[in-house]
Amino acid sequence: MSAPHAAVSLAGVGKTFGKGAVRALEDIDLAIAPGEFVSLIGPSGCGKSTLLRIVGDLIQPSVGDVIVNGKPAHRARLDHDYGIVFQSAVLYDWRTVTKNISLPLELLGWSRGRRNERVREMVELVELSGFESHHPWQLSGGMQQRVSIARALSFDPALLLMDEPFGALDEMTRERLNMELLRIWERSGSTIVFVTHSIPEAVFLSTRVVVMSPRPGRIAGIVEIDLPQPRGAETREQPRFFELVTEVRERLAGSGAATAPTEPALVTEERV
Amino acid sequence: MSTVVQPVPRSFGRTIGRRFRDWLPALVVFVLVLVAWQGLVEVFNIRQFLLPKPTAILGALRDNRSDLWSAGIVTFKEALGGFAMGSTAAILVALVLARWRRVGGAIMPYAIAANAVPIIAFAPITNNWFGLLNPMSKMVIAAVLCFFPVFVNTLRGLTSVQPASIELMRSYAAGEIETFRRVRIPNALPFIFTGLKVASVLAMIGAVVGEYFGGPLDALGVVIQNNVALFDFPLAWAGIIVASAFGIAFYAAVAVAEHFLTGWQPAADSRSD
Repeated sequence: MSAPHAAVSLAGVGKTFGKGAVRALEDIDLAIAPGEFVSLIGPSGCGKSTLLRIVGDLIQPSVGDVIVNGKPAHRARLDHDYGIVFQSAVLYDWRTVTKNISLPLELLGWSRGRRNERVREMVELVELSGFESHHPWQLSGGMQQRVSIARALSFDPALLLMDEPFGALDEMTRERLNMELLRIWERSGSTIVFVTHSIPEAVFLSTRVVVMSPRPGRIAGIVEIDLPQPRGAETREQPRFFELVTEVRERLAGSGAATAPTEPALVTEERV
Repeated sequence: MSTVVQPVPRSFGRTIGRRFRDWLPALVVFVLVLVAWQGLVEVFNIRQFLLPKPTAILGALRDNRSDLWSAGIVTFKEALGGFAMGSTAAILVALVLARWRRVGGAIMPYAIAANAVPIIAFAPITNNWFGLLNPMSKMVIAAVLCFFPVFVNTLRGLTSVQPASIELMRSYAAGEIETFRRVRIPNALPFIFTGLKVASVLAMIGAVVGEYFGGPLDALGVVIQNNVALFDFPLAWAGIIVASAFGIAFYAAVAVAEHFLTGWQPAADSRSD
């Protein structure tokens, strides 16, 4: 990348769990430029969620360097350089929509007036006007995930990390949220790293798709998505869209992923 | 006795009406039981020391209401003091164990073993420690009884948090104190109230039973025991009813506090019917 400094830069990153028993990731080299929308795609257990957490400094890599926003990942986390969205919305039941969105702002010490103003903007951005004082359990899954996205963007992080955010939603909600996410990405200008199982979703959203191989997870190939911007419902009907979907699928098959199980990772009920 | 928790009514009159309909079957059962009780005692001529008539108990209650009330207050204060001490200690210990899990691993087995001890058996000992007339001797029994249910529930609430909730807080670079304040403690609140409701009942039991081993003459447990000794069974039963009333009122007060502090819960709505 030719940018002055990459939004995310991974060099020789590897991760083993246990005493070297499980090699989750190996030799990951990847640079993501500011403003890019990069998807990580691969079969279950290829370590793509682990990789996302390494970028967010939520998991430490066993080897390699992780630079986020021009600084070590740890520093970037302390500086609130990224927002994160998980597969489940992870909203707090005791907080209303408004208060869930303003949680990071409270932690950052924003004044009440500034918080309220920003929350109003965010509620508008994710089209949840009228639901400000609802509690999470009163919202549909798609609305919950929109709150989660608003929360992640509320403090204007340069980087947005998304771990299969729409994986648990039905196809129609998913496509609508894909469109909304693109609109938000265009407006905010932030960099997005997006983990997904869905090939069409990855192709539709991304500027680049990083195809990962099964365990140990490696980068099996990178597909540039040269579909024109801005994208819309008609993008999914273009011949080029189908060509790119096929290309990603073939890369996945070539990586040995086709033989690996592709069901979504189990959401563990472990509590901490 | 448990359904005092209700969402704030929108239309007060209508809600009262609906609530009356909901409670009507229970009320009918209550009246039927009293009538059957009265009838059986009269028909089979059951002796008063076995089972007094409801009317006799009500009479004793009416004739001694001011004495019984003040005795109830004395005992309730002991229960309340014990409840406050035991619950506070339980919540603090649970916070420490949730923060430092290693300590928890070392202490938990003893906490569970201690729970198996019949705490009431210590009542004569605490009377020795603090003196028969010192309310502290009953408060300590009540406090020890309250400790375990509050402790176990609080600890479970503090530690049953989705891993992603903690990851989210870490992504915001939030420290342990912030994570406790904004995630673990709010998450634990419904659990804490479950423990506190159990404890409110146990506190009253602890205080009354503690008084059975001796206490001031104007305390409810002593009043009940003395009247049994004097063969005034209706009055002893009246004392038991006063003890129950205080226990129920205490439980209800905790439940109301729960409603106001954890009203966000989805359960609060579904519980209304």
